[in-house]
Amino acid sequence: MEQSSDALTFFALLLPFAAAAVAPLATRLMGHRAAWLLALAPALIFLHFTTFLDEVSSGATITAGYAWIPALGVDFAWLIDGLSLTFALLITGIGALIVLYSGGYLKGHEHQGRFFSFILLFMGAMLGLVVSDNFLMLFVFWELTSITSFLLIGFDHRREASRRAAIQALAVTGLGGLSLLAGLLVVAGVTGEMSLSGLLGSGGAMRDSALYATALVLLLGGAFTKSAQFPFHFWLPNAMEAPTPVSAYLHSATMVKAGVYLVMRLNPAMGDTVMWATILPLFGGATLLVGGVLAVRQTDLKLMLAYTTVASLGLLVMLTGLGSEHAVAAAALYLVAHSMFKGALFMVAGVIDHEAGTRDVTKVGGLRRLMPVTASAAMLAAISMGGLPPMFGFLAKEEIYYATAGATPWLILVTLAALAGNALMFAVGFAVAIKPFFGVERETPKHAHEGPVLLWLGPLALAVAGVATALFSNVVHVLVSSPMATAIGGIPAEITISVVPHIGVPLALSLLTIVAGVAIYRSIDRLREMIAGMLAAIGWGPDRGFDQAIRGLIRASAAITSAIHHGRMDVYMGVTFTATAVALFAPMIVYGELPAWPAFPDLPFYEWTIIIIALIGLAAIVIAKDRLTAIVSLGIQGFAVAVIFMLLGAPDLSFTQFMVETLSVVILALVMTRLRLDPTDHRPLGEKLLDMAIAGTCGLGFTLMLLRVTQGTFDRTLSDFFEQWSYTIAHGRNIVNVILVDFRGVDTLGEIAVVMIAGLAILALIRIRPRAVPEPKPGPEL
Amino acid sequence: MRTVIFGSIAPYLTSLMVLFSVFVLLRGHNEPGGGFIGGLIAASAFAIYGIACGVSPVRRALRFHPMAISGAGLLTSALSGLVSLGYATPFLTGLWAPEGFMGIEFAFSSVLFFDIGVYLVVVGSITSIALALEERESD
Amino acid sequence: METALSVTVGCFFAISVYLLLSKHVIRIMLGVGVLGNAVNLLIFTNGRLLREVPPIIAPGMSTPAMEIANPLPQALVLTAIVISFSLFAFMLVLAFRAYQSLGTDDTDGMRVAEPADEKLPPLGY
Repeated sequence: MEQSSDALTFFALLLPFAAAAVAPLATRLMGHRAAWLLALAPALIFLHFTTFLDEVSSGATITAGYAWIPALGVDFAWLIDGLSLTFALLITGIGALIVLYSGGYLKGHEHQGRFFSFILLFMGAMLGLVVSDNFLMLFVFWELTSITSFLLIGFDHRREASRRAAIQALAVTGLGGLSLLAGLLVVAGVTGEMSLSGLLGSGGAMRDSALYATALVLLLGGAFTKSAQFPFHFWLPNAMEAPTPVSAYLHSATMVKAGVYLVMRLNPAMGDTVMWATILPLFGGATLLVGGVLAVRQTDLKLMLAYTTVASLGLLVMLTGLGSEHAVAAAALYLVAHSMFKGALFMVAGVIDHEAGTRDVTKVGGLRRLMPVTASAAMLAAISMGGLPPMFGFLAKEEIYYATAGATPWLILVTLAALAGNALMFAVGFAVAIKPFFGVERETPKHAHEGPVLLWLGPLALAVAGVATALFSNVVHVLVSSPMATAIGGIPAEITISVVPHIGVPLALSLLTIVAGVAIYRSIDRLREMIAGMLAAIGWGPDRGFDQAIRGLIRASAAITSAIHHGRMDVYMGVTFTATAVALFAPMIVYGELPAWPAFPDLPFYEWTIIIIALIGLAAIVIAKDRLTAIVSLGIQGFAVAVIFMLLGAPDLSFTQFMVETLSVVILALVMTRLRLDPTDHRPLGEKLLDMAIAGTCGLGFTLMLLRVTQGTFDRTLSDFFEQWSYTIAHGRNIVNVILVDFRGVDTLGEIAVVMIAGLAILALIRIRPRAVPEPKPGPEL
Repeated sequence: MRTVIFGSIAPYLTSLMVLFSVFVLLRGHNEPGGGFIGGLIAASAFAIYGIACGVSPVRRALRFHPMAISGAGLLTSALSGLVSLGYATPFLTGLWAPEGFMGIEFAFSSVLFFDIGVYLVVVGSITSIALALEERESD
Repeated sequence: METALSVTVGCFFAISVYLLLSKHVIRIMLGVGVLGNAVNLLIFTNGRLLREVPPIIAPGMSTPAMEIANPLPQALVLTAIVISFSLFAFMLVLAFRAYQSLGTDDTDGMRVAEPADEKLPPLGY
């Protein structure tokens, strides 16, 4: 039973990838109706994960998996507890609705199949991310979500804004991913654990480590970029260039919560320190306020929602950082509530865009009668977002105020931030849900009417889920919220909050939020202008900073490239040979291996003669006044080398060298006589001296190295082997030839292949007709 | 370079050199010589012929394009290595026919064919280079 | 003998490097030609030297009767000679074609791939 369940989980994790593979084909065959088929995949996985609810709610943690790369300690292992199970259910449940919604939203799009494929790929990556136990598996899936997000944001790749947003998202989250990897490796180095379950079981080992701060900053670098925390928030609103299903799914319900997931996951092992409890609420609170304020400034429905998403993510991080029992419970509840209402609202924005042709909140109005189903979904979701009963969002908000209500200055600050953020989100949420549907009917680019079932099913289902989960909150708490809070907090937790309000500070804060929210809503147009004016006064933001960074990067790369690849051959050569000289001398000097001063060689006169002829040939090449002399001199030194081979017992080499030198001289003469060239040297004297110094040093280096080598002992093992066996087993008396054709036959085969390739290349070079130098194309204007 | 004397002597010189190159190739296993040297000698022979009498007579005399000869050589070498597959030995293991093959005292072996392949590659490639350059000279 | 050849090899390297450092393609080609010989001699000398005894097993013996020249560097150098010749021929033809196309043998003039006034790459997305 256990075995088959593990195998099923394994297949469940692979199923999205399989579905992604068949999606293009299915779409070609069935058109947009393929959505119904493809949505089966997430639905099935959703059902599979519901089977764990029972076990997990009773406090169990399921870890299982298979060895993947055992040598590196990488396993395909998963960890299912309250936290990952909740995420898995959200990912697959909302995922199924999103697939259906995409079917309607991109109906008739020429690349709809590709879109399905990408979104299913993302689903697989995200699912893998939240259930990963192994660090490296977590990292791989983390980066995979960044990459699929890149593909989805850049889906409409013909527009520059899409491309920019895609690159920006990839750069920010990808760099964050590297930071995460570094952090995980630090953690692994300190605790010796390569898995989350191991880390969670290691107690306070990480907290007490001297490397705690390093690891924390690196890990938070990953989490904050992924979850768009200030000041890395800028990529998320830009990611709204993606088609709306992507915004609803990746950029509100799931992917951006990966950072929050990581923070929650690490809380038991790394939380509850001063650093943790300072950094997280600080950044979370800043993000909450910045996101809320910037949301008010927007008129585009999707951008308004995007900035409130930034604010919500800030709120979640802040709550996790507080770490108290109520804060953890509030984070768990708010995360679930947010996924439902924000997903629904995004899809509503998409429906308005799709049916009315615009999503500018100032240009639509009175759509209520034309799109009743969408309007009711929007209202339900907005009520949940505003934190009004009887919605799940209300429970979450009440719990938030339970968590922040306190008398210390720190908590009062946090409460104020939460209050302001919630009020702003309240106002924006209702602005999205009310402005387009109520008021006077406006003329829109398209004649608006209710969309097909595929379009309104998703938002409606999520909005209704928001009510149902609140009404049956006792069941939800037992199955989902409490196990999740337990996993985040690391200690058993029980959430009991229900829709029935309790008199107390939280309720008062709730009422205050509503009052403030209504006030903001009523004056939203004036506030918008005010904030726009303020932003214009500041004039710079991280978004523009990103452009400047990219431009600086390109300029710096171009500068470095032109500094290194300056195109001057003589300098390349000079650098190469200077490095050669250093490589020759440095080891000899460092290791004290300079050769002993050799005795003056005692050679027969004919050997002296040959060596002197070779040197004269060499000198003549350099000082030759015309090219024929130079060529003949080259031949002289070559023949001298051939004679040296002959004198030293290498007749084969000698013959070969003779033939090759002859041929070299012939082809040199053939080519050179066709060039009207002046072979004399025109270098200025200083340059000549420098070149001579480099050349002389290289030559001296080779001499010294060779002297040292020949003064050392010589290992004749290989030579002895060849001498002993050449005739006995290879039946050949010419050992050189036997080595070439028998012992080292494969080498020779490769070498004759090289000779042949050189022949072919020369033939090709000679056959192509010379053409005029192409004018360099003018570079693009800057 | 196209003098009468050189032009008349070149064909004979070339045939002698090619004959010599084959001799060098075949004795290579036991005496100085072998495929590389033999090939270079033959290639020089053709280069001399080309310089003396022009390129077209050489091409006619060769019958095949030099690069085709080179390709045939590479194929011969590779195939001689593949023979060892039939004896379940590693690629390019040397194999010898029993002494006195067909009643003649002659070392008939896969290694010989390998060396012939080397010879052909060197002859083909280098002749091709030399002829190509000479052709440019004459046009 | 090793000492004498070591110095000779050093001279070969020095001359070839000096030629390679020049700006004229012809001189660079000559440098390549000398460099091949320099490297071959270097390998050959590294294998120790022995006069006038080729690595050939005398008829009637199955192993060399006396000390013979080291066959291993000879085998290495033999193929190196042929390959360096092929490379030399290829570079020669390449230089020749470059001269025909560009009308110069000065490497400063051969800057089609890396022009002196290269513009910035596009800064858009």
